[in-house]
Amino acid sequence: MNLQFIVDGLLTGSMIGLGAIGVTLTYSILRFSNFAHGDFMAWGTYATLAVVSAIGAIFGKVAPIGPLSFGWPLIVAVIVAMGFTGVLALALDKVLFARLRAKGQSIIVVMASFGASMALRSLLEFLFTSRPTYFSRAIQIAMPVGFGIRITPDQIALLIVTALLVFGVHMLMTRTQTGRSMQALSQNPALARVVGIDVTKVVRITWLIGGGLACVAGVMIGILVQIRPLMGFDMLLPMFAAAILGGIGSVPGAVLGGLIIGLAEAGAVQLIGAEWRAAISFIILMAVLFVRPIGLFGVRER
Amino acid sequence: MMDIIGYGAFFLTTALIFSFITLGLNLQWGLTGLFNVGLAGFVAIGAYTSALLTTPDTAGRFGGFDLPILIGWLGAMIVAGVAAAIIGVATLRLKSDYLAITTFGVAVVVQLVALNAQKLTGGPFGIGFIPRPFSSLAETPLLFNFANLGVVVAVLLVAYFALEHLAHSPWGRVLKALREDERAAVSLGKSARFYRVQAFAVMGLAGAIQAHFIGFIAPDNYLPILTFQVWVMLIVGGSGSNKGAIIGSIVVWAIWAGSGALTSALFSPEQQARAASLQIVAIGVMLCIILLVRPGGILGDMPRRRPAARRSSPATDEASSS
Repeated sequence: MNLQFIVDGLLTGSMIGLGAIGVTLTYSILRFSNFAHGDFMAWGTYATLAVVSAIGAIFGKVAPIGPLSFGWPLIVAVIVAMGFTGVLALALDKVLFARLRAKGQSIIVVMASFGASMALRSLLEFLFTSRPTYFSRAIQIAMPVGFGIRITPDQIALLIVTALLVFGVHMLMTRTQTGRSMQALSQNPALARVVGIDVTKVVRITWLIGGGLACVAGVMIGILVQIRPLMGFDMLLPMFAAAILGGIGSVPGAVLGGLIIGLAEAGAVQLIGAEWRAAISFIILMAVLFVRPIGLFGVRER
Repeated sequence: MMDIIGYGAFFLTTALIFSFITLGLNLQWGLTGLFNVGLAGFVAIGAYTSALLTTPDTAGRFGGFDLPILIGWLGAMIVAGVAAAIIGVATLRLKSDYLAITTFGVAVVVQLVALNAQKLTGGPFGIGFIPRPFSSLAETPLLFNFANLGVVVAVLLVAYFALEHLAHSPWGRVLKALREDERAAVSLGKSARFYRVQAFAVMGLAGAIQAHFIGFIAPDNYLPILTFQVWVMLIVGGSGSNKGAIIGSIVVWAIWAGSGALTSALFSPEQQARAASLQIVAIGVMLCIILLVRPGGILGDMPRRRPAARRSSPATDEASSS
């Protein structure tokens, strides 16, 4: 077996993991599984693409940084688009989810997120058509790093970015007052309210983090694979599986779950063939639900 | 004139076939409170099972047993039920979100199998020559359309009265009891899982009936958009009401077909794919608005677990996880 699947798996796993952080936070703090999360990814990616084109129109062609396929416009664009996606998630919450949540039926919120997901995705198809596009059409030469593994500069950069982001979110969750409020609310909402935690603020931060990370994950897919309106929806099942495998509410769990699923997918592509890739997350999901439904780092619900 | 009548019959047949699926979903959601995001998968399981059982023998593909249509329908119910039972064992003891995620996964996997297991499902080209009732009348389209409509109406009436009867039978009362208060129902000795799995079998039957009226099935028939359409049909009609499910199917299909005709008239051929996606946006927004404004639908009875707006804080209550 070729060891290349480790690099491919880590990259896929990073994308899944970054998305799964948003899923797991929404589930544990707002208590519903958000089927529109994948579409936040796609919206973030298209927003990045739009900003990159706008910068290109103003400043002309910008040379890429060193051996990477992209230059500073993409980095600026991602930061703008992260904000945009977070605000999009917040707006959707204000218009739709928050009102339904107030009625107290969590499953209706799930259904609404399903409807919103269809509408968001089709709106992208309308605006940008379903034809795939790319950030850059340049071909990167993969460097051999030993053991038969090859890796491109873009891939190295993206793995580093993922590690930094995950570290940052973990620090935020464990070392800051905001993060502790988020954990408190997910573990015991009634008690959290009693001690005077600002629920509205926690909800806002949850959506901003979830949306921002979804945007980065989407852009990673855009750089390494391609940009399509369906790109986020196709990631939905792996993200849910990763969040449940890691244990709902656990940020390190979501990332680890994502990496496990990414590696399993990449291994399966080598062993059984690429067409069955999407089934892997379902098999893992079913196995977790049968054996340990609370996941690797999960706590039992109170 | 004849064309319009013929189209009317065809339109109504298509809409009523959708209403089979909606009735199945109503049994699941309206009566038992199961949230199925992968109904397209279960419909596909039913359709493919029945197709494999009833089509004539084909070279290079498994199945083709040439059995009577009724056997195909029975098989569809059994296979869909078994698939549901496996998922049910894993998820029904957990929160309802897990069932939603898992059924969503089922739809993805069924779609994969339909596309890739060529030996079983015919791959992207699907299965053709599925026996249709009255295929001898196909020479005269008008007569054929009306014969089909007649059969669909007849089967639908049977299904409707059966479901209405079931809803008031001890069986239906158990399902409703499970929706309203699962713990109490289980404490009375009713097995929640067994009853809930039965609701999935109806979904398989709906898929089989649809397959036999179209006469051809392919993976593209069972994309997530189908799940979405049927949900909108049920929500518009009002969950919990069988009449609402049928009316909702006709209304939503009329909107769908009408807006489809409108976009093809208004937009140039190269823009039509884009315009079609706008159609989905409109329906998606409609679903959200109905959920916000009138969650009971047009005809729904919706006595949900607890009265609305008991608290108004932004984060949800922990009670919903109980």
